[in-house]
Amino acid sequence: MSSLGPTFGRGAMTNSWTDIKNTDLVIVMGGNAAEAHPCGFKWVTEAKAHRGAKLIVVDPRYNRTASVSDFYAPIRPGSDIAFLMGVIRWCIENDKVQWDYVKNFTNASYLIKDEFGWSDGLFTGYDEEKRDYDKASWDYKIGDDGFAQVDTTLQDPRCVWNLLKAHVDVYTPEFVERICGTPKDKFLHICEMIGECSTPTKTMTSMYALGWTQHSKGSQNIRGMAMLQLILGNIGVRGGGMNALRGHSNIQGLTDIGLMSNLIPGYLNIPTEKETDWETYLSTRTFKPLRPNQTSYWQNYPNFMVSFMKAMWGDTATEENDWAYHYLPKLDVPNYDILRMFELMKHGQINYYFCQGFNPLLSFPNRGKVTDALSKLKMLVVMDPLETETAHFWENHGIHNDVDTASIQTEVLELPTTCFAEDEGALVNSGRWLQWHWPGATPPGEAKHDTWIMAQIWTRVRQLYLDEGGVFPDPIVNLNWEYADPGDPKADELAREMNGRALGTVYDPADPTKVLADPGKQLSSFGQLRADGSTMAGCWIYTGSWTEDGNMMARRDNNDPDSTGAYQNWAFSWPANRRILYNRASCDLQGKPWDPSRKLIEWTGEKWEGYDVPDIAPTAKPEDVGPFIMNPEGASRLFTRGMMRDGPFPIHMEPFESPIANVFNPKIKGNPVARVFADDAEDFATSEEFPLVATSYRLTEHFHYWTKHNPVNATLQPQFFVEISEELAAERGISLGGRVRVWSKRGEVWAKAVVTKRIRPLTVDGKTVHVVGIPLHWGFMGAAKKGFGPNSLTPFVGDANVETPEFKAFLVNIEPAAEEPVA
Amino acid sequence: MPRPLYSEKGDHIESKAPVRVSRYRGITRLNHWVTACSLILLLLSGLALFHPSLFFLTGLFGGGQTTRWLHPFIGILLFFSFLLLFLQLWRLNLPKPEDATWVANIDEMVKGNEEKLPELGKYNAGQKFIFWAMSGLIVVLIVSGVMIWEQFFDGLVSIQTRRVAVLVHALAAVSIILVFILHVFAAIWTRGTISAMTRGSVTGGWAWKHHRKWLREVAERQKPAPSGTGPSGKEPAE
Amino acid sequence: MGFDARDVVRISATPDVPQPTRQLDKVAKLIDVSKCIGCKACQSACIEWNDTKPAVEDNVGTYENPHDLTPEMFTLMRFSEWVNPETDNLEWLIRKDGCMHCEDPGCLKACPAPGAIVQYSNGIVDFIHENCIGCGYCVTGCPFDIPRISKVDHRSYKCTLCSDRVAVGQGPACAKACPTQAIVFGTKDDMIAHANSRVEDLKSRGYDQAGIYDPPGVGGTHVFYVLHHADKPSIYSNLPDNPRISPIVEGWKGVTKTAGMAVMGIAAAGAALAGFFMRPNRVDEHDEVEAEELVEAEDHSRRES
Ligand SMILES: Nc1nc2c(c(=O)[nH]1)N[C@H]1C(S)=C(S)[C@@H](COP(=O)(O)OP(=O)(O)OC[C@H]3O[C@@H](n4cnc5c(=O)[nH]c(N)nc54)[C@H](O)[C@@H]3O)O[C@H]1N2
Ligand SMILES: Nc1nc2c(c(=O)[nH]1)N[C@H]1C(S)=C(S)[C@@H](COP(=O)(O)OP(=O)(O)OC[C@H]3O[C@@H](n4cnc5c(=O)[nH]c(N)nc54)[C@H](O)[C@@H]3O)O[C@H]1N2
Ligand code: HEM
Ligand code: HEM
Ligand code: SF4
Ligand code: SF4
Ligand code: SF4
Ligand code: SF4
Ligand code: SF4
Ligand SMILES: [Mo]
Repeated sequence: MSSLGPTFGRGAMTNSWTDIKNTDLVIVMGGNAAEAHPCGFKWVTEAKAHRGAKLIVVDPRYNRTASVSDFYAPIRPGSDIAFLMGVIRWCIENDKVQWDYVKNFTNASYLIKDEFGWSDGLFTGYDEEKRDYDKASWDYKIGDDGFAQVDTTLQDPRCVWNLLKAHVDVYTPEFVERICGTPKDKFLHICEMIGECSTPTKTMTSMYALGWTQHSKGSQNIRGMAMLQLILGNIGVRGGGMNALRGHSNIQGLTDIGLMSNLIPGYLNIPTEKETDWETYLSTRTFKPLRPNQTSYWQNYPNFMVSFMKAMWGDTATEENDWAYHYLPKLDVPNYDILRMFELMKHGQINYYFCQGFNPLLSFPNRGKVTDALSKLKMLVVMDPLETETAHFWENHGIHNDVDTASIQTEVLELPTTCFAEDEGALVNSGRWLQWHWPGATPPGEAKHDTWIMAQIWTRVRQLYLDEGGVFPDPIVNLNWEYADPGDPKADELAREMNGRALGTVYDPADPTKVLADPGKQLSSFGQLRADGSTMAGCWIYTGSWTEDGNMMARRDNNDPDSTGAYQNWAFSWPANRRILYNRASCDLQGKPWDPSRKLIEWTGEKWEGYDVPDIAPTAKPEDVGPFIMNPEGASRLFTRGMMRDGPFPIHMEPFESPIANVFNPKIKGNPVARVFADDAEDFATSEEFPLVATSYRLTEHFHYWTKHNPVNATLQPQFFVEISEELAAERGISLGGRVRVWSKRGEVWAKAVVTKRIRPLTVDGKTVHVVGIPLHWGFMGAAKKGFGPNSLTPFVGDANVETPEFKAFLVNIEPAAEEPVA
Repeated sequence: MPRPLYSEKGDHIESKAPVRVSRYRGITRLNHWVTACSLILLLLSGLALFHPSLFFLTGLFGGGQTTRWLHPFIGILLFFSFLLLFLQLWRLNLPKPEDATWVANIDEMVKGNEEKLPELGKYNAGQKFIFWAMSGLIVVLIVSGVMIWEQFFDGLVSIQTRRVAVLVHALAAVSIILVFILHVFAAIWTRGTISAMTRGSVTGGWAWKHHRKWLREVAERQKPAPSGTGPSGKEPAE
Repeated sequence: MGFDARDVVRISATPDVPQPTRQLDKVAKLIDVSKCIGCKACQSACIEWNDTKPAVEDNVGTYENPHDLTPEMFTLMRFSEWVNPETDNLEWLIRKDGCMHCEDPGCLKACPAPGAIVQYSNGIVDFIHENCIGCGYCVTGCPFDIPRISKVDHRSYKCTLCSDRVAVGQGPACAKACPTQAIVFGTKDDMIAHANSRVEDLKSRGYDQAGIYDPPGVGGTHVFYVLHHADKPSIYSNLPDNPRISPIVEGWKGVTKTAGMAVMGIAAAGAALAGFFMRPNRVDEHDEVEAEELVEAEDHSRRES
């Protein structure tokens, strides 16, 4: 999500699932929606059936989504930036640009510092030693008035638009074909289909997920499409958008409520160790507008942050003690992502590990390393409804888990938990809808709700601190814990806390006599949050989800006036029940819808009105205030300034393991600023030894590693396999359904061979490149046949911005193997 | 001693006054009746499936499910049982020149003028026809039967072949039932025949009338009768 | 849409079924192959609803699991990779296989067990397992190779069109589970209308031969398809181009049965009558004497030699 944020202001799917039915063109690239999001994919089917929408799929494999597409083109894993920059180049060259949108709603006209530039595949400021950029030059020219300088005529050679034109110039159709292996005619056909959506009355929607994120430059893949969508004028409109399809049913909720090591609920930040005090912390976050009249909504950061601190520490958080700022942990590194955790664990720097609803032995890269790391722990606690491989990592299962049990000293505790179907609460879907659900079954055996387990642990730890003291017990003993049963907080209590309530009387700033909320009342919008300690809210973006009117997330009214797909009274959509983000951009500069047949909101002359909650102050004048209210520019960013570690524009980079060298600069390996741990650097292979490109993915029949425990799913996809082309099979003497060995520099697996026409060899930079497809659902526990996943093979390196592991492009080799001896 | 032309070696004169000629050993008779019983059971169980109006016959076997699984097993029994019978009987059922004349003048048989027909060995052409018809049909039935034997051979042949097989099986079954009716009718109509398969012997007059060459041959090689009368109860020494 | 035993219009091995007084609307399940994403939700819904336990098999190099319909798996997604010779583009044709609920069901025609297969006036063809004897004739009779006989209880199984759900006004479990509404259920008329609109959409996308697969050879079916290439059904994992009850089966269950019964009846009756009324072929005293003389003569000649 760290590309949508820098581009639009918020890191979330811009539209909603139901809105997809409004589109004219769907491009599924970097995902496999039909396979991984079959129910959401229904809206694509709707668009096709009722709007005549077309579907394009660009994927290394002809997958299930492709099976219902109108046009499919293959692409080499890890080469999407070249493709997307190629499309942008083609659109600019062929004038497929929604000019009014680009000029008014993006930073195309902003002037960039003269020092900024790029050459040899690198932007200015690269430091090879630090594997990092000095990003000082990646910024606007700021005028004397404190605002960014612009040239609305787009004539200035230093304006973003002209820099972009120059930047994409090398990505010709020939270049795309050379790097991506996508046949030029197919590429051009796709360009033409996309180009049609540059008119105000035609929209394209982009649906993507891991095919883009799981690369060492994943964030830049997404940036590529985000920029294209801006150029076509497809953000903020019905049937448009950047639709980031989330994974686990509540993974959106996970990021929303800050389960990242560097986040606080609502996308606030954990301070770094340099931000020793409250003042310093706020100074870099309370952004002032960069253009006149702009909203720059993060100016309200203190309201959200103080309300959060009040939710955490209640009366202990006071203005005098800077709202208990000193209770917050401070980061010494950018984040403690999972890769880093396992790296630390491997080096004996972690003793205890709580593994809750997570099966890293199978889901994280380089299983050998993960096994080593887990073996170094003193204690591993697994909270899971199932017997996971991680909990059994010490058990020898022959080739399927060939460990020396006797040498592993880790103590493992399995705490059986309930699963989502057995508890109550909200799940947040990709479209940011918080949908309340109720238990469908009673938990079996000794299974306990996660909250119960955690509360039980917390109350005991707190007691220990109370009894025995400690170095710094304050944040723990003072934690606000106002639940009816402290040993078992209930879902509704937690939800109300996240929504937030008034602690004192909350007045309307415009009219200080008007009371917005009395003390103790649930708040109805984050506009009511205050930085003076009179409000509390656990997660400001959820404010409005449980108001005095009750649980908004439990609403199930499927009325949809004029069939816009907004479903305003179904559940609750953050922020503020808004269904389409940046929806002010669905109107022209005067506030009239670009496409009257797809009206979303409209400027009545006095205020914004329509089917959705306006994503702008209701009375903000259209000519004055830009639609991207979170950005201090008020505009979206084609150029992201210094907000991304690997560049303000996406630039083609190869995966760390690639069949060809970086054509701009053969010395660049992978993403030049991605973090690589010393041990792992040794483990990257070259294409001499490992000539085949592998990618990994999921299948509809299974959900990761849990459904293999279910006999029905196990029946439908019983055994681990890899997919290869008929050509590669012939070359290596592999037969359909035969057993093969696949190995990388880090490990080996045995699988059945699915030999298929759906994967074709690609010609890349003059070489024939074969792709091996590796689905990820098998392990050594459960009802399905014992097998492997791809992660015995995958490299231990992540995206430069968010550390998502590079699961989607790595090198392997393959050979036929003898049938498994019957044990 | 050369093989007899019209009789089995074991066929012999059991007694002289009145004459009784032994026709089948006990083991052969047992074999025949096992065969006969299996065919009757097959017929009943098969017909139960053949036509809805006969489905009630499944009641004899304890219901449709048992009828379904029993029938083919009895078929197997029939096949092997008949095979044994076949091995014992095939030689004398080979056609002979006189069979043609016999067939050509079959009407004399019906009219009761059997003396107008040529003298015959152990079997007449009608019996031979029944023998060969049964032999052939049983092979057809077992082969087609296995092809449609769902319980054990469901994937053996394609469905198209199975369709042909079930049709062939049904046709063969009807045919063998007709042959069977003929066989039983002939055995009853020709009085004195049944005892061949019950007691193992026939009267001299029956043999004289229907199978005179056979009688001559048997009589020709009779041993000096032991003192006293009645069957020796022992097989002649070779 | 509810219905019950009174609505039966045909019963296996039962001629002259009394016709019900009411005629239900014909129902149909439409499978729009062009919308299907092969997710197998229908397969799992079918397993769950019918509470079957298909085996966990090996992977044999395809996405089809189990590898065939089984007594525990009433419906199966069949995947075929077809290169369109006109465009040279690969098409992954995914067809949901299962009982077609023929208007003129070959299974019912072939079945020897009264009441093992019934057809309701809404078109649903249902197997009544307690009457099934496990002979497998329905397999022989079915033009689509659908029924499977259980090795455990020796009864025939296939898709019921969720007759138990439809009977209480619900749609089939598979249709309910289908995320893309590739499976829809309703009256046959509505489904035909819907299918026609789908065909139109496909034609607008360049599938000139798009069409409905509702084969007249079996009187139409109550499960039918929208195909992008209706001119070539067999590219969809051997969907029969022109299914009909095999003439061999027709011959077997038709003329063979009637003629066979007649011939056997006549033969048996004829033999019985002849046995009663025809003069039996008897041996007389004279024959016995002749025999005695012959034996005596032979005996003499032996002693002399
Ligand atoms: N059935 C099922 N559904 C699921 C899940 C599941 O396990 N099972 N998991 C859920 C989770 S947690 C997630 S995150 C989502 C993920 O959803 P998706 O991202 O859609 O799933 P993947 O199968 O990992 O990858 C999608 C596609 O990316 C393609 N791909 C690989 N490399 C590249 C590349 O370099 N470029 C391009 N353009 N494409 C590439 C693969 O061939 C694959 O078809 O799915 C969710 N939904
Ligand atoms: N090579 C490769 N590797 C990948 C990917 C890839 O595409 N390729 N995809 C990656 C992605 S996107 C993801 S999301 C990960 C998934 O990786 P994981 O999240 O590790 O995998 P899951 O199997 O989903 O594990 C979730 C666990 O949560 C348990 N669980 C379910 N409900 C509850 C509950 O209520 N409480 C508790 N405590 N536990 C519960 C389940 O039983 C299960 O064991 O895999 C990643 N790994
Ligand atoms: C109730 C049923 C049956 C009766 C009463 C019956 C009776 C007889 C009798 C009396 C004979 C002796 C004829 C002779 O020696 O000239 C005979 C012979 C024979 N029977 Fe049957 N039989 C019956 C059923 C069957 C069946 C079902 C079969 C075969 C499937 C069969 C096969 C034979 C054969 C092969 C012979 C020897 C005659 C030859 O070889 O031509 N019989 N049977
Ligand atoms: C020789 C071995 C035989 C085998 C292996 C065999 C097997 C079968 C099988 C498998 C069936 C299908 C129904 C079922 O499973 O019960 C069947 C049907 C039938 N069998 Fe046989 N059978 C044999 C012999 C016979 C014989 C000797 C007869 C006749 C007397 C016969 C008459 C029938 C009939 C009438 C049917 C029903 C056919 C129809 O409904 O069209 N079978 N047999
Ligand atoms: S999680 Fe369930 S409901 Fe959601 S898309 Fe997947 S299968 Fe459908
Ligand atoms: S197996 Fe088929 S044909 Fe035989 S009784 Fe059962 S349903 Fe009827
Ligand atoms: S498809 Fe086969 S099983 Fe289904 S009704 Fe038609 S003939 Fe019977
Ligand atoms: S209609 Fe019912 S029985 Fe038939 S395939 Fe669908 S779920 Fe299974
Ligand atoms: S549930 Fe629907 S989309 Fe999925 S395989 Fe079945 S028919 Fe196709
Ligand atoms: Mo995920």
